[in-house]
Amino acid sequence: MKVAILQFPGTNCEYDTQHAFEKLGAKTEIIWHKEESIPSDTDLLVVAGGFSYGDYLRSGAIAKFSPVMKAVASYASKGGKVLGICNGFQVLTEAGLLPGALKRNDGLHFISQYHNLKVINNDNIFLEKLNNGDVVNIPIAHHDGNYFIDSDGLDELSKNNQILLQYTDANGEVKNPNGSVESIAGVCNKTKNVFGLMPHPERAMELLLGSDDGVKMLQGFMEA
Amino acid sequence: MKATINISLKAGVLDSQGKAVHHALDSLHFSNVNDVRVGKQIILQLDTTDRTKAMDDVTKMCEDLLANTVIEDYSIELV
Repeated sequence: MKVAILQFPGTNCEYDTQHAFEKLGAKTEIIWHKEESIPSDTDLLVVAGGFSYGDYLRSGAIAKFSPVMKAVASYASKGGKVLGICNGFQVLTEAGLLPGALKRNDGLHFISQYHNLKVINNDNIFLEKLNNGDVVNIPIAHHDGNYFIDSDGLDELSKNNQILLQYTDANGEVKNPNGSVESIAGVCNKTKNVFGLMPHPERAMELLLGSDDGVKMLQGFMEA
Repeated sequence: MKATINISLKAGVLDSQGKAVHHALDSLHFSNVNDVRVGKQIILQLDTTDRTKAMDDVTKMCEDLLANTVIEDYSIELV
């Protein structure tokens, strides 16, 4: 199992992501954004969190033109598995690899806290280790996490089981921290090989540090 | 030629910053404001005098990079 992790100027979660996947037994490689290809033995490509290009213009807007992104689009179009976490999710929506967009949080504040998430659809490789309705506790840390999609797009997402995770309380009741449409925390593309979420499963790998619920999430990819 | 691009959230997309500014104006007793939208302005200096070409180029810039048309509208003014 080989995980390639993208690094843009301003990415800051690449080493946490590397640690998380190595803990699960994967081989990892960090890929600088100037590369024009990704390693041919890549089983999973992760667009890690952070503040690529200082979030200038819009979060993820400039990163989508980095040389490596062409390789990412071609990898995804061939069915390669891609996971975008936080800023990685923003980059993937900007690049058109995932539907919707991430707006400034409704309360205008940067939010950094643990948050409960409910699994909405587990019929995909990312969440197959969890059951629909399961609640996991994963940190969020973002300023632009307010997921938006128009109502036709939302219907499409629901119809195709593309809504992955919803922000809730510990009982699975909707609790929306940032104003996201339908309290959405993560989605996937139609073909279910590109995944994006604002919460950080790679920061929830050790019970000692607050939660190890991230293990169950990332493990889905390990048996691919 | 100078191109001025105004970008704002689409009508129907909640503008939280606009709402916060509206509240602040209210608390300063500017009670005659019905709505506030906050956007951004991008000013480009172009090396062409051909308006049609400039408009085509800037429109493409907006579609590709300057605006995210999922949530934003843009308008272009050439001077």
